[in-house]
Amino acid sequence: MKRVLITPASAPYWLLSPFLILFAVFGLFPLLFSLVLAFSRWEPTSGLGAMEWVGIGNFVFALQDEWFWKSLFNTLWLGVASALPQHLVAIPLACALNGMLQRSRNLLVGVYFMPYITSTVAIAILFSSLFSTDYGLINAAIGALRELPLLSAILPASAIDWLNDPDRLKPAIATVVFWRFVGFNAVLYLAALQTIPRDLYEAATMDGASRWQQFRYITLPGLRAMMLFGITLSIIGSLQLFEEPFILTNGRGGNDQAGMTSAVYLYRLAFDFNDFGAASAMSWLLFALLAMATVATHRAFGEGRKL
Amino acid sequence: MSLSRHTMTPLGARLLVGLGAVLMILPFYVMFVFATHSRTEIFAVPPPLWFGNDLLANFAILTERIPFWRNLGWSLYVALISTALTLLFCSMGGYAFAMFEFRFKKPLFGLVLGTMLLPSFMSMIPSFMIMDLLGWIDQPRALYLPGAASAFGIFLMRQYVSSAVPRELIEAARMDGCSEMGIYARIVLPLLKPALGTLGLIAFIGSWNNFVGPLIVMRTPENFTLPLALRLLQNPVDTEWGALIAGAAIATVPLIALFALASRQLIAGLTAGAVK
Repeated sequence: MKRVLITPASAPYWLLSPFLILFAVFGLFPLLFSLVLAFSRWEPTSGLGAMEWVGIGNFVFALQDEWFWKSLFNTLWLGVASALPQHLVAIPLACALNGMLQRSRNLLVGVYFMPYITSTVAIAILFSSLFSTDYGLINAAIGALRELPLLSAILPASAIDWLNDPDRLKPAIATVVFWRFVGFNAVLYLAALQTIPRDLYEAATMDGASRWQQFRYITLPGLRAMMLFGITLSIIGSLQLFEEPFILTNGRGGNDQAGMTSAVYLYRLAFDFNDFGAASAMSWLLFALLAMATVATHRAFGEGRKL
Repeated sequence: MSLSRHTMTPLGARLLVGLGAVLMILPFYVMFVFATHSRTEIFAVPPPLWFGNDLLANFAILTERIPFWRNLGWSLYVALISTALTLLFCSMGGYAFAMFEFRFKKPLFGLVLGTMLLPSFMSMIPSFMIMDLLGWIDQPRALYLPGAASAFGIFLMRQYVSSAVPRELIEAARMDGCSEMGIYARIVLPLLKPALGTLGLIAFIGSWNNFVGPLIVMRTPENFTLPLALRLLQNPVDTEWGALIAGAAIATVPLIALFALASRQLIAGLTAGAVK
């Protein structure tokens, strides 16, 4: 008779163990480690034995660190400037796609979604050439548009130094982020639109509701749950923005640190300046902020509020 | 599908959506055009809008400045192993979460899902320290093992097992004396093929595009994955733009190919968390 090694009762543990072991070592343990680190001082060259408990010292340092606040401001600025347009464009875009024939809809969804799966590094490298001051394609396009009579008044007269001028760097980064995520959001909204019963629109048409009224009273309420989800994803994504600013500023944060997001600052603090403890403390401060922002979003979109 | 006259998108809006689609594609087009031009041509006025003849020259610079073939091979190696492990471990775990009852099942699954909400910067620094502790700095396993503990993969697999694997089938196989691992390998796994395809694509693309992971744990350029190696060419003073963009284009080709083959499956998988 065959010896039964794995019984139905023990099978789930066997099945789960490879995943759970990896998850514990590379998912949970780093978080606990990071918490301990946030209260410690550590020099990476001197081994773990040299870890020294400093209490809330790192948090005090973080809250007094001018660069921490600057990077947080940059992160929030970029988050608002890229996420808000993403959703404002994605919702009408999803509505337009929803009213198209399946064939053209699928093709267009694919096109809009493609930037989302592309290597951020490859794209950021391309955009750093496009944003080049003297000969970059973007300034060349602006220059060409300036030749048109109406646009000449509103477009700047000289080439814009996108990546070196601190005031221009953030819009440049936000543009790349917008380009990458607008299609992803449109796909989310498109999926939500398809769950709204068609009868509602038919009934509204019968009652003589205008297109705008239908959008206002059927479409928007139907999208509310997805807006909550999409905006939550955007908040989480914005707060960890790293690759676009990192590549566009050569890993340094740009002139006047205008492109240094919190994630880039954490990286630099740990790996360029070797202050792992302070960087960990900051990551927990940012996480607390993120949690609060998520709760606030849920409140704003939750019960009792009509869109 | 037929659309009534009223719900049909008006022509103006359709034109606008089409124009937007051109703007979405344009950077890809420019990337491939620039990949075939020299540095001076890329920054000529007006810039090149059609393919040139310098692809091979750019490629020569690329292979001279960075260990390009090794970087490309390394990217592929890490991505393939990471994908295989993710598929194996997540299908096993997802099956366990979907079909078995055991202690702490609910809180454990909640914990796994909860980590999906944690921003990546939370683990950036401790991950480096753990790899340092394990002596895995500069080792490819420091890239593919953490990647295989994919919370999203577990979630996707559990959802799919719940909908695609009938409990009666498992019971029947058990009655017939099939071992537990036999049930997983011979009955569950074949039923999971579509979901394995989707998760495989997502895992491969995730690993291929991973930048922060290699940035933190890899030290010698020979062990860099392609995105990280490209950064070596990025230099504030003297950037070989033609070669750099050619490298970026090469790093993008596999993704476009995969997307062309399975865009609908991929979109469905990547938005699975949102769309119920």
